[in-house]
Amino acid sequence: MDFNDTPEEAQFRKEAFDWLKDNAPLKEGPKDSWRASSEEEGLKEVKVWQNKLRDGGWACLHWPKVYGGRESTPIERVIWGQEASKFKIPGGYLEIGQGMAGPVMMMYATEEQKERYLPPMATGEEIWCQLFSEPAAGSDVAGIKTKAELDGDTWTINGQKVWTSGAHFSDYGILVTRSDPSAPKHKGLTFFFVDMKSPGIEVKPIKQISGGANFNEVYFTDVKIPDSQRLGAVGDGWKVSLTTLMNERLAVGDASGPDFQEAFSLARGQDLNGKLAIENDSVREKLADWYCQQSGLKYAKYRNISALSRGETPGPQSSITKIVSGNKLQEIANFGLDMLDSAGILRTDEEGAEQSMYQYGFYGAAGIRIAGGTDEILKNIISEQVLGMPQDMRADKGLPFNEIPTGNK
Amino acid sequence: MNFEFSADQMQLKDIARKFLEKEESVKRARNVLEGDASYDEELWSQIIEMGFTATAIPEEYGGLGLGYLELCVIAEELGRSLAPTPFSSSVYLASEAILNYGDDATKQALLPALASGEKIGAFAHSEANTSPTESNIKCSFSEGSLSGTKIAVVDGDIANVFIVTANNGSGVGLYLVDGSSDGVEITTQPTLDPSRSHAAVSFNNASATELKSDWSDVLGLLDRAAVLFSFEQLGGAEACMDMAKEYAMGRYAFGRSIASFQAIKHKLADMFIAVELARSNCYYGAWALSTDAPELPTAAATCRVSASQAFHECSKENIQTHGGMGFTWEFDCHLYYRRCRQLAANIGSQAIWKDKLISSLERANQI
Repeated sequence: MDFNDTPEEAQFRKEAFDWLKDNAPLKEGPKDSWRASSEEEGLKEVKVWQNKLRDGGWACLHWPKVYGGRESTPIERVIWGQEASKFKIPGGYLEIGQGMAGPVMMMYATEEQKERYLPPMATGEEIWCQLFSEPAAGSDVAGIKTKAELDGDTWTINGQKVWTSGAHFSDYGILVTRSDPSAPKHKGLTFFFVDMKSPGIEVKPIKQISGGANFNEVYFTDVKIPDSQRLGAVGDGWKVSLTTLMNERLAVGDASGPDFQEAFSLARGQDLNGKLAIENDSVREKLADWYCQQSGLKYAKYRNISALSRGETPGPQSSITKIVSGNKLQEIANFGLDMLDSAGILRTDEEGAEQSMYQYGFYGAAGIRIAGGTDEILKNIISEQVLGMPQDMRADKGLPFNEIPTGNK
Repeated sequence: MNFEFSADQMQLKDIARKFLEKEESVKRARNVLEGDASYDEELWSQIIEMGFTATAIPEEYGGLGLGYLELCVIAEELGRSLAPTPFSSSVYLASEAILNYGDDATKQALLPALASGEKIGAFAHSEANTSPTESNIKCSFSEGSLSGTKIAVVDGDIANVFIVTANNGSGVGLYLVDGSSDGVEITTQPTLDPSRSHAAVSFNNASATELKSDWSDVLGLLDRAAVLFSFEQLGGAEACMDMAKEYAMGRYAFGRSIASFQAIKHKLADMFIAVELARSNCYYGAWALSTDAPELPTAAATCRVSASQAFHECSKENIQTHGGMGFTWEFDCHLYYRRCRQLAANIGSQAIWKDKLISSLERANQI
């Protein structure tokens, strides 16, 4: 039992570090991270960086080389991530395309389409989004209603999507629709990719509880999609969606925000009733709980990496990460604000202020516990897929989709 | 990265598991609970025959000279099967105390006997309804003899080697007392988990040998033992999770398997989360123990807290999942619920270990 690389892994790590060192500044401390002045600026910087990665052979590590990837092993991806985290490099914007749309395109698009769309996805030149959730189809994502009707070799799309990250700056999207409302829920779906600049697509930002707007509503009014942009067979849309949902659940990992270390430092400097907060027993007990959770997740991850290193598929440990870290963040954020006593209610937007870190965590955690599968859906997944327990009885089983009760919502 | 037990260690774990299943260790725990015996002598002698008690003792002292990783996987299986034997007292505490703080003559005299099971060791530490500290321990040592009373000494009524904490006037350290010495009086104490025996042990000018140790060594001994106890707790927690799942799958109510209700599924998912966190922290503890890492105090407290939480969660929710049947004497749920409490009490309370964890992180951060 050790934490050491194999000789091959050490070699890869060195290669990755050396390249990064020549191309990006090292972080000066744990809080030193890349931050863009605006979304537009960020997008520009990400594209420049992604081109550098492509030229250096470090873009889309897990993709085939022919589409701009590197054909790296899963353990190499992990090592790259560890090394890259030491540097101040641009990130965001591209994960949905490269992590979710890319794999679906590789599996279901024609060779010609792959050659056309994948390389610019790898360089970030074209950005993709995912059009799945709808106002009445969240956890029950197969319950979507957006209508797709075929006439000749053109489909007409009408309906509404919601929670679409980055729709407002995306060039393309992957889209799941209902092509046969008289078939049972999971049977009547069909999957496409769509040009986000098509006439009839309207993108409206959603204002979140934090006041920010990272997601959108996307309205489709008589949007035309050629049948050649269908991915998978007509009626097979659920099967195609599962490819990306599995990828999404793997991609949404550790909740970002203040963690044990931040709460610990805060408690060691914060006055509480005339003493340092760290001397308060209830504070110590909470800190111990968070440390154990953080440590448990860290070493669960090491167990996963070890499995990858041996060429095995990681166990189900990763399914617990989001539940544990999302809830921990919510508690730590609440603690951080509570430490300020009455002043913890005062809002500050000052960049880098300790207080604002806990404020973002306070808002953000509420979202993390929902995004990419709610805590409850993840617990269903753990009990069904990991522990092998049966599915809950469903009231909509076998019913034609258009006869399923909706409660008018 | 290789943060996993080796194939050989996993094989040893499998051997231990099958052996304990074949010997019906859980049933034996029930027999001890219901009967008059303090432990299952037959199972104990088979465990000795398997070489488990000798696992981490060096070959020069009659042991097998394997390592702590091997001992960890055995501990997990003993915990899973509720083995009603003095293994933890004799191996994690007494053998470790002598191995780490005894002089060579003491090691030569006692370790081979502990490895071969000829002698059984116990750790006598608690004195009152509170956590033992360097200032509240009243047992005293002077001029070769020890006096005072210890309570809730696990396996105290079957041990013949006692490791005792006592104050010699300048501080608290570890002392060795032979159970057959004059002035040693042992009284069995009833407990919440009669599958493991406990006793009050009085020392009245009993002849004692000083182990080269001070209070920090007492804490060090507890840290090492905590990792091994955590593996027992982990094994127990996982056993409860498995029991709860099996029962839920087969139990029908409202015309369906109760395992199809989200209320039950989410309960099991919570158990799974607790077990996975505990397992990962236990591996961290195993790594620190086996490599004598400076992180051992942090790692030990982390796995102790995490494994105690997991066993508590799983043993109580296992009863809940079983409904009324879980509250019966007939079902095994209560055996685990009792053992969970016993293991949680054995080397100090959750509050104390949480406090130790934060203290060790404070020290680590100051350096």
